[in-house]
Amino acid sequence: MTAFVIRRLLQAIVVMLVVAFVAFSLFQYVGDPVQLMMGQFATPADRIRLTHELGLDQPFYVQFFHFVVNALHGQFGVSLRIGKPVSVLLAQRLPATLELSICAALLALAAGIPAGVYAGLRPNSWLARTAMSASLLGVSLPTFLIGILLILVFAVKLGWLPAFGRGDVVHLGGWSTGLLTRSGLLSLIMPTITLGLFQLTLIMRLVRSEMLEVLRADYIKFARARGLSDRAVNFGHALKNTLVPVITITGLQLGSIIAFSIITEQVFQWPGMGLLFVQAVSYADIPVMAAYLCLIALVFVVINLIVDLLYYVVDPRLRIDRAGASGH
Amino acid sequence: MTKPLLELRELRIEFPTRRGTLVAIDDVSFAIAPGEVLGVVGESGAGKSLTGAAIIGLLEPPGRIAAGEILLDGMRIDNLPHEAMRRIRGRRIGAIFQDPLTSLNPLYSIGRQLVETIRTHLDMDERAARQRAIDLLREVGIPAAERRIDQYPHQFSGGMRQRVVIALAICAQPQLIIADEPTTALDVSIQAQIIALLKRLGRDHGTAVMLVTHDMGVIAETADRVAVMYAGRIVEIGPVAEVIRAPRHPYTVGLMGSIPSVVDDRERLVQIDGTMPRLTVIPPGCAFHPRCPHVFDRCRRERPELLDADATRAACWLHAPGEKSANAGPRGTKVRR
Repeated sequence: MTAFVIRRLLQAIVVMLVVAFVAFSLFQYVGDPVQLMMGQFATPADRIRLTHELGLDQPFYVQFFHFVVNALHGQFGVSLRIGKPVSVLLAQRLPATLELSICAALLALAAGIPAGVYAGLRPNSWLARTAMSASLLGVSLPTFLIGILLILVFAVKLGWLPAFGRGDVVHLGGWSTGLLTRSGLLSLIMPTITLGLFQLTLIMRLVRSEMLEVLRADYIKFARARGLSDRAVNFGHALKNTLVPVITITGLQLGSIIAFSIITEQVFQWPGMGLLFVQAVSYADIPVMAAYLCLIALVFVVINLIVDLLYYVVDPRLRIDRAGASGH
Repeated sequence: MTKPLLELRELRIEFPTRRGTLVAIDDVSFAIAPGEVLGVVGESGAGKSLTGAAIIGLLEPPGRIAAGEILLDGMRIDNLPHEAMRRIRGRRIGAIFQDPLTSLNPLYSIGRQLVETIRTHLDMDERAARQRAIDLLREVGIPAAERRIDQYPHQFSGGMRQRVVIALAICAQPQLIIADEPTTALDVSIQAQIIALLKRLGRDHGTAVMLVTHDMGVIAETADRVAVMYAGRIVEIGPVAEVIRAPRHPYTVGLMGSIPSVVDDRERLVQIDGTMPRLTVIPPGCAFHPRCPHVFDRCRRERPELLDADATRAACWLHAPGEKSANAGPRGTKVRR
């Protein structure tokens, strides 16, 4: 177990280094930072001095080393567009994105798993059939369209929910939360649905097909033959056996929710990292893009690590077998 | 015969399909006395396992009992509501399935599966149930039960897993165990141990066993009586010694002939020509007639009921009162072995 975690951590470090290198190479395409910083009236001597101060005369691997060390301290330089340190900008935006993503993921799990179990247990009921057809829409409709439709109906026509923004936020230490105000919660509803709907339908369809598969298994038949209650069979024995693939997909999807909240944030003008990133791209704000890239990679790596550890919790066959299978 | 524990009366199981109704089991009647071991033998698809599934109320839809009755201790159980039937399963009728490798939930420790089952049926607290689980594991011959109870199915070998499955089947002391091919998936050496275990448990607790298998050898070793099934019907039923010594139905004769013997030095095993008919195309008259070496006119026209044939009963016209002289058939003839 420990060996496995250490191996996974080492792999994670390698992945992060590769991503950091890609982020680092972005800087090679912005042109000459010395030129940008000094303007056209600098003397060649000034220029050489600044180049030396910035460390740009050193070989690239030394520069990369400094980049990684700075990144580990959360230093990604200064945003070219806003003129503030990137770390400060990201820290401001992170709570908005995380709150939205986690709400969307919770919605997807809380509605997707029960719906999937139901559709697996009663595949021929009209409710399950309706849910399955509706889920096709959820899978195939593009996110931005769902967002725009929601805005049209609930903000423009009905006027029930705010069309954009995050509402009022409360600052708790360094964290700004919209979960404690009425307008904050109302603002959260439509973006959460927009962001979570795809994952919800995906999880529902996945749980359904896994349930259909597992319910045919011999151990389910045997559990019924032992007279266990339907509840124990369906939600204990069957559901637990569908969890490994569900955890895999949910984990990856949670990463995507955070990474690709860009579109939802754009549609609802949600002041999160995604919106920051989109704006950074249009201004070629390389430090922000590099930092965002590294942060998202970190999110994926951490989630994958958690998923791997969850496998161990769920499936005893993966745990290291100390006792060993003994013979007859 | 004493009052039967389990009785099947003219059981008929149908599968409605788009192209009409398939009759998978028809007119199957037999009884099992308390403590008796009844072997049910036949080829795959003869309806043996289906009969077992019907008894414990776990026919897979769209299969359904179309006619007949199943009685446990004189009470009808084939029309019980779902919840009432669930209380009988595991409590009064235990079941053992073919493949021990897939019968246990891989994600739960065997202790948890045992305790869960015990507490479903018996009024016991966690501790008492755990103690009972350890005792049961010991009883089915699992060494170091206290330690192994917390292990998972994958840490057990096939034979050990089948012992765990048996422990699960008997954990509420059922009066009847339905064992569906309990040894088929096991090594030959393990098979003998499991059979011995089943026999011992039946003897110690007075548990009746319905042993479903296609292996005549297992039946010979274990059962008191045997029912031979063919194409959804019982073709011969009787005391196992009689059926083995002098089978009365030509199909049983063929089954006996196909058992390899260590004693005899035969060139090749007898084999029954052809295959069992599919349910869609069961021939009129006796379903076995296209493969029967003794076939005559009546077999093609009329279906024989079970007829008395000495100590056993066989569904074959050879044993009808009027046919004796005309067709000597296998009646009284010993199997050539």
